Amino acid sequence: MRHPDTIDVSLYEKHQTVHNKRIDGPFRRFKWLVMAVTLAIYYGTPWIRWDRGPYAPDQAVLIDLAHRRFYMFGIEIWPQEFYFVAGLLIMAGIGLFLLTSAVGRAWCGYSCPQTVWTDVYQHVDRFLDGDRNARMRLDAAPWGPKKIARRALKWSIYLLIAFWTGGAWIMYFADAPTLTHDFWTGHAAPVAYITVAVLTATTFILGGFMREQVCIYMCPWPRIQSAMMDEKSLTVTYKDWRGEPRGSFKKAQKSPQAFGDCIDCNMCVAVCPTGIDIREGPQIGCITCALCIDACDKVMAEVGRPRGLIDYITLEDAEREKAGGTPRPAWKALLRPRTIAYFSVWAAIGLAMLFLLGTRSHTAISAAPDRNPPYMLMSDGSVRNAYTLKLRNMESRPRPMRIVLEGLPGAVMWTDEIGRHEAARALVPTVPADSTLPLRVYVIAPPNTAGQDFEFDVTSVDEQVEMAETETRFTAPGDE
Amino acid sequence: MANRRIDEPTGTSTVGHEWDGIEELDTPMPRWWLWTFYASIIFAVGYVIAYPAIPMVRKGTAGMLGWSSRGQLQHEVSEHQAALAPMLAAIGSMAIEDLPNDPARMRAAVSGGRAAFKVNCVQCHGAGAAGSKGYPNLNDDDWLWGGDLKAIEYTITNGARQPGDPQTRSSQMPAFGHDGILTAAQVDQVAGHVLSLSGKGRDSAAGAQLFAQNCAICHGANGTGNRQFGAPNLADAIWLYGGTREDVAAQVTNPRHGAMPAWGGRLDPVTIKMLAAYVHSLGGGEDFVEAAPAAKADAAP
Repeated sequence: MRHPDTIDVSLYEKHQTVHNKRIDGPFRRFKWLVMAVTLAIYYGTPWIRWDRGPYAPDQAVLIDLAHRRFYMFGIEIWPQEFYFVAGLLIMAGIGLFLLTSAVGRAWCGYSCPQTVWTDVYQHVDRFLDGDRNARMRLDAAPWGPKKIARRALKWSIYLLIAFWTGGAWIMYFADAPTLTHDFWTGHAAPVAYITVAVLTATTFILGGFMREQVCIYMCPWPRIQSAMMDEKSLTVTYKDWRGEPRGSFKKAQKSPQAFGDCIDCNMCVAVCPTGIDIREGPQIGCITCALCIDACDKVMAEVGRPRGLIDYITLEDAEREKAGGTPRPAWKALLRPRTIAYFSVWAAIGLAMLFLLGTRSHTAISAAPDRNPPYMLMSDGSVRNAYTLKLRNMESRPRPMRIVLEGLPGAVMWTDEIGRHEAARALVPTVPADSTLPLRVYVIAPPNTAGQDFEFDVTSVDEQVEMAETETRFTAPGDE
Repeated sequence: MANRRIDEPTGTSTVGHEWDGIEELDTPMPRWWLWTFYASIIFAVGYVIAYPAIPMVRKGTAGMLGWSSRGQLQHEVSEHQAALAPMLAAIGSMAIEDLPNDPARMRAAVSGGRAAFKVNCVQCHGAGAAGSKGYPNLNDDDWLWGGDLKAIEYTITNGARQPGDPQTRSSQMPAFGHDGILTAAQVDQVAGHVLSLSGKGRDSAAGAQLFAQNCAICHGANGTGNRQFGAPNLADAIWLYGGTREDVAAQVTNPRHGAMPAWGGRLDPVTIKMLAAYVHSLGGGEDFVEAAPAAKADAAP
């Protein structure tokens, strides 16, 4: 132990670059799979086409901010239905709770974008500069033409990946092929270039250089997760009761009784993408990517000891094993009241949204009566009210809609388009595809009609018959 | 910092401070965090130089870029006006009676007119153009001087009873009671007849005769009015100065005459055109007929 007087109080810590070693194993292969799937979804989704007819875009997933529409395959969301998006976000939140309570920080370890892109960049490092030892040597080497060239090449590739990532993002907000063409010919909106520039910069910095610093210092999620995990959540654990006291393979061979299973080969530290030592116990830097499990299992196989010195285990089961109890299969940790409750809530929200989506009407009407003036006395003594109707057609085809006056005997209505001489009890305007038609309607009732409530009923008159109505007020003299 | 020591359970050094036995561990921030802090300071200094930031005695510093929220608003307004210019020119280039043939221009004219109406017309005609006693309601189908687009445009341009404007809409009803042309009793009889034209009140032979002698020349034998003289229709349900017998009698005794400014010199022709389109769109607008007597006659003198 150092003498107290020799301790330096440092307020800031120098960043230690993590040079993680290549490892293969079931968890690494699972990470490859997750990376392939998530990146394919991210980069590929905007390019999937989905035919919606001539009146709507044919991009499967499109957030059309300009026209305030959100398309996702067969689903089209209007702004007033934003609760569906809110519901999706709530499902994503509860899904994370579910995942965390069951398998700890699995989100961090496998599918968090920061993890996935860090993984991509670490593979670039490995591909260009070799594995852990070669990279550490290069890092320590003085700057010379060779190192500058290698760094320039590596950072160019970083930048390329970052640019591709930023570029893919904007494809979700406009027709991807058109936008790509516009982007390269300089005709895209300034916001497209700015967005790409910002996301390129953040990807380049966060994925290329910050890496685990983001998880440890910037991201709130690890802290929140610490509060959501309990003794029944699976987490990557070093079984110190089995491993300690650690000693090298040679020493352990000489006196097998004096040492545990850990041969102190440091492989778990070398492969760690965040540069921690799992043997110090659960810690904020551990994203539970389980690469140390792969590494340790491999070493244990080589030295002829059982696998699982580092393994997914709950704190509760760890205590039991430490006390000499029989190990419990990890999957049993998944089924418990808390995870079932989270899953039920998650599934209930999902089913409720599916039900709402399946049963929602694509036709709607609303009426806003003119308030100034509330009514109009015409020269023949009849009373006129004016209304602004909003006819909503959520189908991506134009639809004729029949509006009928329900109640208000003797009254007729007309619009500016058809004129008063063709006033009638019913109008059949055609509402353009996928839009809301504002319609100013004059309703005129015979002299001495009293103020009363009545309805505008609307029926879509094409193959898909839908009905809607709205009640409103007819105001007459003496009604104030 | 003599009290610095290694904390046994964590293996981390303390910073050396102690408060009632509570010590602080030295868990340093990452160095880049410090750099981010410095970068923020540099950005803030640059911001203060570039943008208005420091309050001074009378006003704040202007900033090197010369940005101001007022300037930005002006820029946006002028951009907006530049974007409107082609449509305004297009509306200006066509005769008003042709506007309905071009729905896009008509819609643009109506919304432009709505905006101009809010600024120039609501003071008398009301926010909903419903008018009030003495100020015509523009929503109904009763027009003193004609309700087609061209007639409305003419009325707005030249006003009504605008002094010094030879083109202005003008009419003068004699003050039958005040000037002693009719006695008070006769005025009351005429008022009774006028109300009977729209099915209200008692008629009398004397009233009918007085009406035929004094009023029919302008208001017509049936009291349906004459737009050529701006003589109101007396046989309908709409009364500019009230529809009770007393109101009508008061108007016959000493008529009031509304006046409207001629907007021709105050507003540009395109705005007037858009105002006419808006007023026409309020629900009582009439179709333009080539030989519309009101418009033709008024244009002549």
